[in-house]
Parts: sequence; structure tokens; C-alpha cells
Amino acid sequence: MKKSYLLLLILLSFNLSAFASGTNEIDSGATAWMIMSTALVLLMIPGLAMFYGGLVRSKNVLGTMMHSFVAMGVMSLLWVVVGYSMCFGENTLGGWIGWNSDYLFLNGIDESIMEGGIPELVFAMFQGKFAIITPALIAGAFAERVSFKGYVLFIILWGIFVYNPLCHWVWAEDGFLYNLGPMGAIDYAGGTVVHISAGISGLVAAIYLGKRRGYPNHHLRPNNLVMTLMGAGLLWVGWFGFNAGSSISSGLGTAQALTATQVAAAAGAVSWIIIESFHHGKATALGFVSGVLAGLVSVTPAAGVVQPIGAIALGILATMVCYLAVILKDKLGYDDSLDAFGIHGMGAIVGALALSFFIRDSWMTEAALANGGTWSSFQQLGIQAAAVGIAIVYAAAGSLIIIFIVEKTVGFKAKPCDELDGLDYAYHGERGYGMLTPN
Amino acid sequence: MKLIIAIIRSNKLDQVRESLVKKGIERITVSRVAGHGRHTKTELYRGKLVVPGLTPKMRIEIAVNDDFVESTVAAILESASGGGDGIIGDGKIFITPLDDCIRIRTGERGSDAI
Repeated sequence: MKKSYLLLLILLSFNLSAFASGTNEIDSGATAWMIMSTALVLLMIPGLAMFYGGLVRSKNVLGTMMHSFVAMGVMSLLWVVVGYSMCFGENTLGGWIGWNSDYLFLNGIDESIMEGGIPELVFAMFQGKFAIITPALIAGAFAERVSFKGYVLFIILWGIFVYNPLCHWVWAEDGFLYNLGPMGAIDYAGGTVVHISAGISGLVAAIYLGKRRGYPNHHLRPNNLVMTLMGAGLLWVGWFGFNAGSSISSGLGTAQALTATQVAAAAGAVSWIIIESFHHGKATALGFVSGVLAGLVSVTPAAGVVQPIGAIALGILATMVCYLAVILKDKLGYDDSLDAFGIHGMGAIVGALALSFFIRDSWMTEAALANGGTWSSFQQLGIQAAAVGIAIVYAAAGSLIIIFIVEKTVGFKAKPCDELDGLDYAYHGERGYGMLTPN
Repeated sequence: MKLIIAIIRSNKLDQVRESLVKKGIERITVSRVAGHGRHTKTELYRGKLVVPGLTPKMRIEIAVNDDFVESTVAAILESASGGGDGIIGDGKIFITPLDDCIRIRTGERGSDAI
């Protein structure tokens, strides 16, 4: 009897002390998966470099790949200095950005462990990868015609004034889009924050900076589709970190996001080559990977809330819209060189809106409860449309101002002689290849 | 009939092509070549200035009938120079006689086949 009392006492005091110290225990499973996801998202950036690098002419291959690589350097530093604070600090300036001076240089989170048992540093690094890949995505819209200096200044300003506020609104717990409607605007892994903002900003930049020399009269051919396919493969693999990692845990939600991601990518790819087969009679490799991307982009906002059948629907829908967007681009005559808007912008808009009709029942029940009775797909569509609209308007306006400033200060558009020389030689003094094709 | 071979700066290919097309000369062959000239421009490699041994150039081959020779040469001269600033490396144009020319599809020979 005495013994059991003693045991109870020990257990109680143990629990109390754990409670009193107020720190969370590390969940090694969740932490391991989040570290893995962080690395997977980082892998997407060289993947993107290869994807874009293969699509340009051989004289621009290094310059184009450097757009992705330099983002890994510049945006990583920027993220540590102010990015994390601006995104995940408390509402400041009327909620425009977040701010927490403890987060500067990640000083204050050295030992903090989040509720899910994950060190906050891992979360900060995971989120930092998104801040790298987003400006790198934009580079596809103005490939082959911007100066390196102008590009670097552009991604710095864009990261601070466009990405960070958007990220705060959508993902910080006190962000206003996070709290829109009973359960918030749904953006699981970055449909609005990453893909819509990058796609729209790319479109604005492509129109503002003008066309490449020779577009659209000359066909500016990809120098290496093999590299593009390898890059697309890396992107698909890395996307599991992007989407499934966005559960910030390792559990059921992770599994659901992982499944939706795989299924949507496959549906997008297969539908692209089917459409193409009917339209042109041939299934192209570039078409297949374009479909992969369209599917992945469309399921990015939705990965947490749709079941496989919904993911398939989103993949197919996104591919149909992106296919039209790519055709329409040539009709309208703006030079979105590598279809940053056509695939990322349009795919994500379709995903973020259409996901409203494929949300799993348990989520809708929860939303109905939170709303005090009922919540319909159309009501959620309204919330989604608001978030998409805000992202479009904010990214377009912010980008326009930034592009204007960059163009007037260091110069954004490449000088005609530099464009003819190719970005590789003009800005980096190097050549990507030996001399393979006279293109 | 003459065979005109022009060795030009790689970055001038687009302008030369456009200039040739403007004068009605559309049948050309282009290849990447490398070679030595008096060109001694330095390049940066791993922080060191080096003079590349072989400089990349473009080689354009154009087979023309005699009355097109001067307009072809004029088109290349107009478009291939580095801007008239006198920097070495604009390239050269070679003109050689052409004995015969045969269009493979039809078997036509001579001036008609060009």
C-alpha cells in the first residue's frame, strides 16, 4: 500500500515538473520527418534550376540556373536576418507584416520546441526553403533577358515586400487570411503564397520587361530537354517535402497530403499527354512534365483537405486550364518564356478555387461546427476566391513597383548586346557547354 | 557559282541571318567552330585572367550564283562587325569558285540547283 502511494507521488511529481517547466518534449519521429522535408524542398531548387536550365538556349543555360542557385544564397540569408520575423512574428503595422525582434537572426528560437514536438529551428528552416523557391519560380517568366544584378536586387525586394507579408497573412496564426471564415482560407502548402504570387509577379515582369529578341518570330528552342526531365523528376520527389512536410507533423495528415500529391501529379501528366495526342498527334516529353507540374501546383493548396479522387480531379482540371493558358500566351503575344504564369499561376488559381468542391467530409463537419451549424462548398469557395484575389492584386501591385524601381536603379532588362552574347558570357564570363549546337 | 564561307562572332549570328534574309538569301548552313586568329581577348577563369587558346566562332556557308556574291558579302559586312570600334575578332569572309551544285531530291545541276 505504502509502495503504491510512493509510486503515485513520484508519478505526480514527475508530471507536475514536466508541466511546470512549460517546454514541449521533442518528438523524434516528427522532427526526423520535418528535417527530411526541409532537405526535400531544398532539392526542388536545383531541380527547378535544371528544369528551367534545359528549356533556354545554350548561351543562357548558366545564367538561368544561377537564378535558382543565387536564390539559395541570398534568400537563405535574408530569411535568417528578417524573413522569419516578418512572416511568423506578431501582427505589426495593422497586420501587414509580422514582427518579433527575438526572431532576428533566429536568436530567440535557439532552444525552443514547438507544440508538435519539433525544434522551432527546423520549422524556420523548412519555411525558409519556400522563401527561396518562390522568387526562383518567377525567373521562368523573364528568362534569357534580365541582368544578373537586377535579378538579385529584384528577389531581395520581392522577398521582403511581397513574399513575407503574403506568407504572414496566410500562414501565421494571427494572419488575416488564416482567420478568414470558420476554418480559414485553405492554402495547405503554398498555392497562393508561393505559386499564385510567383506566377502573377512573373506575368507582370514579362509584360513590363518586354519580349526576348526574336520572340515570337523565331522558335527559341530548348537546349537540353533531358536536363529538363531530370529537373522535373527532382521537383516531383521534392514536392513530397513541400506538401507532406507542410503538415508540420508526422502522422495521418502527412499521409493524406503525400497521397494527394502523388495522385494529382500523375493525373496532370497523363491528361496533358492525352490532350496533346488528340491535338498534335504526339505525346511530348515536355508536355508530360508540364502536366506533372500543373498537377503538383494545383494540389499544393489542397493537399491537406482532398482525398485521392479530388486530387485526380484537380490534376485533370489544372492541366486543361494550363494547356489553354500556354496556347493563349502565343495568341496574346506576351513572352512568359518558360510559362511561370501559364503553369504555376494558372495551376494554383485552379487548385485554390476548385478544391472547395472536393474537401473531405470530416473537414466540412468541423467547419460547420465552427460556423455554428452549416458550412457549404460555395461558402468556402467565397473564402478561397477572396484569398486568391488578394494574392493576385497584392503580388501584381507589389511586383510592378519593385520592377520599376529595379529597372530605374541598377537596370533589370539585359542590354541588347548582353542578350545577344547570352547571359552566361555577359554576366558570368563562362559558358555552360562546349560547342554543341549553333543555337 | 561561288561558295562563300564566313567566320563570324558567335553573338552576331542572329543579326547576320536577319541581314541575309532581308537581301533574299535564305539558304545557309551554320556550324559552330573554334579557331585561332589575332584575337587575344582575356577571359576570367577561377579568378585568373586567361587567353583562351581556341576562340569559339560561327561558320556560315552560302552557295550563291555569281550575281548574288556582292549583295551577300555586303549583308555580312553590314551585320557582322563588332560595332566599328576596331576591336580584333570580327572574323573573315572567304570566297571560292564552286564547280557544281546538285539538288539531291530532283537531280538538278548547276545554277538552277542553288
